[in-house]
Amino acid sequence: MQFNQPAGDNLFDESRVVGMPAQRVDGPLKVTGQAPYAYERHDVAEGQVVGYPVVSTIARGRITGMRTEVARQAPGVLDIVTTLDVGEMPMPSGMNAAPLFGGAEIWHYHQAVAVVVAESFEQARAAAALVEVDYDQTEGSYDLESAWQEMREDRSDPVSRVGDFESAYDAAEVTLDAEYRTPSHSHAMMEPHATIADWQDGKLTVWTSNQMVEWSRQALATTLEMAPEDVRLDSPYIGGGFGAKLFLRADAVLAALGARKVGRPVKVMLPRPMIMNNTTHRASTIQRIRIGAQSDGRITAIAHEAISHTLPGGSGENAVAQTRRFYAGENRLIVNHLAEMHLPEANAMRAPGEAAGLMALEIAMDEMAEKLGMDPVEFRAVNDTQVDPEDPERAYSDRHFVECLRQGAEAFGWDARNTAPGATRDGEWLIGYGVAGAYRDGPAMQSGARVRLQEGGRLVVETDMTDIGTGSYTILAQTVAETMGVGIDEVEVRLGDSAYPVSAGSGGQWGAASSTAGAYAACLALREQIAGRLGVNDPEAITLADGAVNTGEKQVTLASLAEDGELVAEDSMEFGDFRDGEHVVSTFAAHFVELGVHVGTGEIRLRRMLAACDAGRILNPITARSQVIGGMVMGVGAAMMEDMAIDTARGYFPAHDLAGYEVPVHMDIPAQEVTFLDTLDPVSTPLKAKGVGELGLCGVAAAVANAVYNATGVRVRSYPMTMDKYIDQLPAV
Amino acid sequence: MRQFSYERAADPAGAAARAAEVEGAKFIAGGTNLLDLMKLEIETPVHLIDVNGLGLDEITETDEGGLRIGALVRNTDLAADERIRRDYPVLTRALVAGASGQLRNKATTGGNLLQRTRCPYFYDTAQPCNKRAPGSGCAALSEGAFSRQLGVIGTSDACIATHPSDMAVGMRALDAVVETVTPNGMTRSIPLEEFHLLPGETPEQETALMPGEIITAVTLPAPVGGVQTYHKVRDRASYAFALVSVALIRQPDGTGRVALGGVAPRPWRSAEADAELPKGAEAVMARLLEGARPTEENAFKITLATRTLAAMLAEE
Repeated sequence: MQFNQPAGDNLFDESRVVGMPAQRVDGPLKVTGQAPYAYERHDVAEGQVVGYPVVSTIARGRITGMRTEVARQAPGVLDIVTTLDVGEMPMPSGMNAAPLFGGAEIWHYHQAVAVVVAESFEQARAAAALVEVDYDQTEGSYDLESAWQEMREDRSDPVSRVGDFESAYDAAEVTLDAEYRTPSHSHAMMEPHATIADWQDGKLTVWTSNQMVEWSRQALATTLEMAPEDVRLDSPYIGGGFGAKLFLRADAVLAALGARKVGRPVKVMLPRPMIMNNTTHRASTIQRIRIGAQSDGRITAIAHEAISHTLPGGSGENAVAQTRRFYAGENRLIVNHLAEMHLPEANAMRAPGEAAGLMALEIAMDEMAEKLGMDPVEFRAVNDTQVDPEDPERAYSDRHFVECLRQGAEAFGWDARNTAPGATRDGEWLIGYGVAGAYRDGPAMQSGARVRLQEGGRLVVETDMTDIGTGSYTILAQTVAETMGVGIDEVEVRLGDSAYPVSAGSGGQWGAASSTAGAYAACLALREQIAGRLGVNDPEAITLADGAVNTGEKQVTLASLAEDGELVAEDSMEFGDFRDGEHVVSTFAAHFVELGVHVGTGEIRLRRMLAACDAGRILNPITARSQVIGGMVMGVGAAMMEDMAIDTARGYFPAHDLAGYEVPVHMDIPAQEVTFLDTLDPVSTPLKAKGVGELGLCGVAAAVANAVYNATGVRVRSYPMTMDKYIDQLPAV
Repeated sequence: MRQFSYERAADPAGAAARAAEVEGAKFIAGGTNLLDLMKLEIETPVHLIDVNGLGLDEITETDEGGLRIGALVRNTDLAADERIRRDYPVLTRALVAGASGQLRNKATTGGNLLQRTRCPYFYDTAQPCNKRAPGSGCAALSEGAFSRQLGVIGTSDACIATHPSDMAVGMRALDAVVETVTPNGMTRSIPLEEFHLLPGETPEQETALMPGEIITAVTLPAPVGGVQTYHKVRDRASYAFALVSVALIRQPDGTGRVALGGVAPRPWRSAEADAELPKGAEAVMARLLEGARPTEENAFKITLATRTLAAMLAEE
């Protein structure tokens, strides 16, 4: 099915199920421990044994020798597959920069170099420690600061230039020129990467934890030089991904190679200490922002120049993404440098680009508002745009950022803030308020589904869409229930199996909008079949409600239609060029934070947070709210503590567990309020919906940073806002 | 994890004798630190002597008016003990600032004193670490290393690791004494002040315990009164090791005691610095942290310690 023009009035405008606060349909399975996660799928293949990875202990160089004899003799060991045995394998996809396995070349610390397969986990782990590897270590590059100093003035290859930034900036009445720094971040999801692999008759099945089933099926086939149809991937439940599981990772490759070698199913989980360096991370950035404005607050010039690190062939962190479109201004300059460094692979993490970019831009906006003597809410509102500032012919499909700011400010009581920084005390706490804007693209990707009308009138929807904790099961059940005129309990949702039609998958906050559109397309195909069965030529002439079909002349139950066997329909929603070619489809929010900074120690304690979000139709306010508050928690982490510090001498991240890489604990998170604007985006999908999962993170850290400034009067431009960066500037105790 | 054998000990002296007799043996109590380290092969005991059955799980009153805390009293139970809460509140406050509820349920008094550093280089067996692999070097002291969490005083050119305990900091402020039994059945009393060794050139030697010697109890002298507080500063509100922690016992006349955590290889306190307390936080820290050798990344701990104490003094 093609989505080639904005959605008109349709059944979702009179919805009974979509948009209602339905509890998670997979919730009972999860809270009773019955949702099968990859490593625990003991029942899928007989005779499972365990693979344990061996990883590189250098950051850059070549392996000159490996000795596995002692490990092979260790108790329980079945076999060992080394990277030298396998040799170089094809890169899994253009979206990966580092080889996952194979060959002598070491690209980064903790690159997988062998997998030891043994009868038990303990035996495999013990034997893995006995594998000896010789390296010829070479120098790598690990220092982003020095790369920035070299590239800072290079504007020869800008991302975009509009008007004449330099002249406009020079002529502006009020200007800001500041640098901001964001550290590398780890996804730190609860469930580590894990895979069980099994070979039968030359065909491979992997039960894994992956956000993008088809990408990874293709990538695994490419890596192993197999036909994609001989690879099946199953990933029905995922214990968090945040982008770390967008792509094929070493667990799946090692499990597949190990299983092929020993002729038994092999399970491999990446141990927590390997997650930081074996897998991907969000790259650190340095960002320079210049803004020029007239005294009335209108931006006349804006430049965002950034650098991030990447392995050769990667794309780093596109921190300038949002600045191309978020705020008005006729003269614009966007530059994005990549520093090739030999750290582990930088790749997508929740809201790639915008999350890090807004951490800088939204402090800059706060700084600029202060210079202008304007309320930061007002300054943002003045610079709203309803068209793409780089291409004014492209209008925003549906943008209500100003309403987010105004409604959020009203609900939060923003007017009550003290505009003087460092001037509000509550005992030993310095109190501050902060605001930030949020912007994140609202993409949609082709997404397919199959719908089965089964005996008794039950509906089953099958798609390789994933639920990474987001609520996909629930919103797909709602979509099918709505379209087929049944209750949500009459719908079974089956996800994550590559045997099902290819979906958009979970990433880039496109999953909800795309996959519900795909399920809708499949349901319309089923409705067409049903109409045909009933002799109705125009499928739109039938109505479905309460488990029955009404043709206008007669009414039959869905159950009766399936009496002689199930009806099956499949389709895919394809999004036409008009969507993103003629429009900018994006999501918006305003984040408000109140916090205290301890006057003595500099400790930050949040007091309350509020997000006002504009993301089109909210498919399910419960799961959408969970997405936003989860994003806000991640934003607090980015603001206050998350920091994958780099050892620039050895070229790796010394953080090795969730004690060394701190994410927020319950005590860090105050009352969170989320409001959704009542908006619809007909350009986005037939459901007029967009994603919220990444929007909830965007801008949050800057709101915290701006509140820290309001509380203390100390402007910190380097994340995280840990007390070492400002304690010497706090007032005397 | 390496293969190991296991036995349950029946009495402290027997446990100590066995530990001295079997090379590569270690005691296991709560296991909250040892098991993690064994999985990573940072600790590789060939034999574990389980001391959980030794009984040492009582808190009893001493003839001197203090308390004797059995080595196997769990952190949760110690923190909740009515006498501790009433007479030694700095200890309860330090305990509940550490770890998580689940860990405190398992962790023991003796084990807490013996926990190892959380230096990230100690935890990666591929990296040089004089504490884990004597003579291999100190990764944390090389240029470009990550040292923000590490020690600023009492450290050496061989090691800048800190001792991570909160409990020990509270006990240090209380002049606690560690009681032990040696392999030949003798008992010893080691002031906590002398229990943890400074690294010098031998950071692998962390305590004054002889091979096989087992902690049986920690005794607290008679209560000293005063207002007792503990402030642990970290990047998140809970479940993190201290950047700096301050145990303070302050008497009505302004005198008192100050012990620091998160800055040194042992709880950090000195009588000379205590004597400065009436003059305020800066005077105390000028003395207590005199000769500190921070790295560029952790120099803030000195300011932080001073300001934390100042805030605690202002609170009262």
